[in-house]
Amino acid sequence: MSRFLGSSITKKITMALLGLFLILFLPVHLGINFLLLKSDPEPFNKAAHFMATFWLIKGFEVLLLASFLLHIFYGIFLQIQNWLARGKQYKITNYSQTSFFSKFMIWTGLIIFIFLIIHFMNFYFIKIGWVQGDPENFYGVAHQLFKIPAYIILYIFSFLILGFHLAHAFWSAFQTLGWNTTVLSLVFKGLGTLFAILIPLGFTIIPLVIFFTK
Amino acid sequence: MNITLKIWRQKNEHAKGKFVTYKLDDVSKEMTFLEMLDYLNEKLIKEGNDPVAFDSDCREGICGMCGLYINGRPNGPKKGVTACQLSMSVFKDGDTITVEPWRAKAFPVIKDLIVNRNAFDKIIQVGGYISVTTGSAPEANSIPVKKENAERAFDSGICIGCGACVAACKNASAMLFIGAKVSQLALLPQGRVEAKERVKTMVAKMDELGFGNCSNTGACEAECPKEIKLTNIARLNREFYKANLS
Ligand code: HEM
Ligand code: SF4
Ligand code: FES
Repeated sequence: MSRFLGSSITKKITMALLGLFLILFLPVHLGINFLLLKSDPEPFNKAAHFMATFWLIKGFEVLLLASFLLHIFYGIFLQIQNWLARGKQYKITNYSQTSFFSKFMIWTGLIIFIFLIIHFMNFYFIKIGWVQGDPENFYGVAHQLFKIPAYIILYIFSFLILGFHLAHAFWSAFQTLGWNTTVLSLVFKGLGTLFAILIPLGFTIIPLVIFFTK
Repeated sequence: MNITLKIWRQKNEHAKGKFVTYKLDDVSKEMTFLEMLDYLNEKLIKEGNDPVAFDSDCREGICGMCGLYINGRPNGPKKGVTACQLSMSVFKDGDTITVEPWRAKAFPVIKDLIVNRNAFDKIIQVGGYISVTTGSAPEANSIPVKKENAERAFDSGICIGCGACVAACKNASAMLFIGAKVSQLALLPQGRVEAKERVKTMVAKMDELGFGNCSNTGACEAECPKEIKLTNIARLNREFYKANLS
């Protein structure tokens, strides 16, 4: 059993499953964020309140946080092993045809991680009382933040980076799960590219609309 | 053609090693890469110098001995060839060619461009075979095999164990090699018998020997001289969790 749990393939499969779970959460989050575009703060705050109090979602939240932490832990762990596996570096780095964004997963991942910390300070930490603010009016908090140009730039940059992470991650997860045949591979690559464009685009439109219209 | 070579020279496994520059004129476009190195070595021997050590055997792309990292790519700029099959016609007069050994912690350099690939043998030894009683070969048609599977097994079976996949991978991962070795047997009825134990032991050995993890980057597939496909890694992963969860 330890041979199974400690195996590199088990670690990758765990990462892939956790990653897919995180991927599933993104459209849900985006859907709620679109409520920020309404001039009435009620629907968004209600949704946020529901997310914060409904027991099922609360369980889900713990799961989500754990997924993030484990995904990040394994990501860093595997990356360090990968660096060590080369030993002496080549003088001329390989430029083989590859899945381009796969080379930067650790860096795009770490940038997402930094963004998440900022994001948590803005919302989650208010909720649990670590940071001052009104947990019943996240609509207001978001609208305030989206009036700060520097914050919008950081926000858009982070989602661009998330797009880069997803551009490889989506397809890669299915390959890791062994679901790839020649045909399926093309399907997942296509869907992955679409997902990596649409999700960040959706997230970045919201602050721009708020900044320029409200 | 005039060619400038920058070649990694290293006396033995523990020596430090460095790049040495050699100039060769009269390199013919008809030479293969290894013939060009032979030509260099003849010159070095005549001058009383130590020739460049590199591996080779069949010189026709079937033994997997000759891997060289040429100008930043395993086996040079051409797709689907080994170093022994690489023709000098892909280079131009005046080119500088940098030649390095495979770099992976699991493949230590023995001398100059020769690396120790025993790690691959060790992985094969723990499961990359089928147990059969010896004797004359059984009648080929007594066990039916689906044509599709026979073809897939063949496509995986042509892996020559050269290690170009490990050399190309940014993580020095051996997953393409093991994927091919596990697949060629997993796809055939004779190999299915020991399939579960095989995939477990081979993957455990791979981890133990210090190869990196697969990031699904695909450099292995792009550089494999036998053009082994990434689908072999997907099958390896499937075989691995099926073996462990059932
Ligand atoms: C919303 C956030 C995130 C999502 C949806 C996500 C999703 C994924 C998915 C699906 C994979 C593919 C797994 C595989 O190749 O089998 C992956 C890989 C990876 N992720 Fe994330 N991830 C996120 C955040 C992060 C963070 C914060 C880090 C922090 C370090 C990170 C680091 C990595 C690394 C290093 C890999 C490559 C693993 C490898 O190929 O060895 N990710 N991610
Ligand atoms: S998979 Fe390809 S590159 Fe790797 S050892 Fe086999 S033939 Fe060589
Ligand atoms: S010498 Fe046998 S493959 Fe090149």
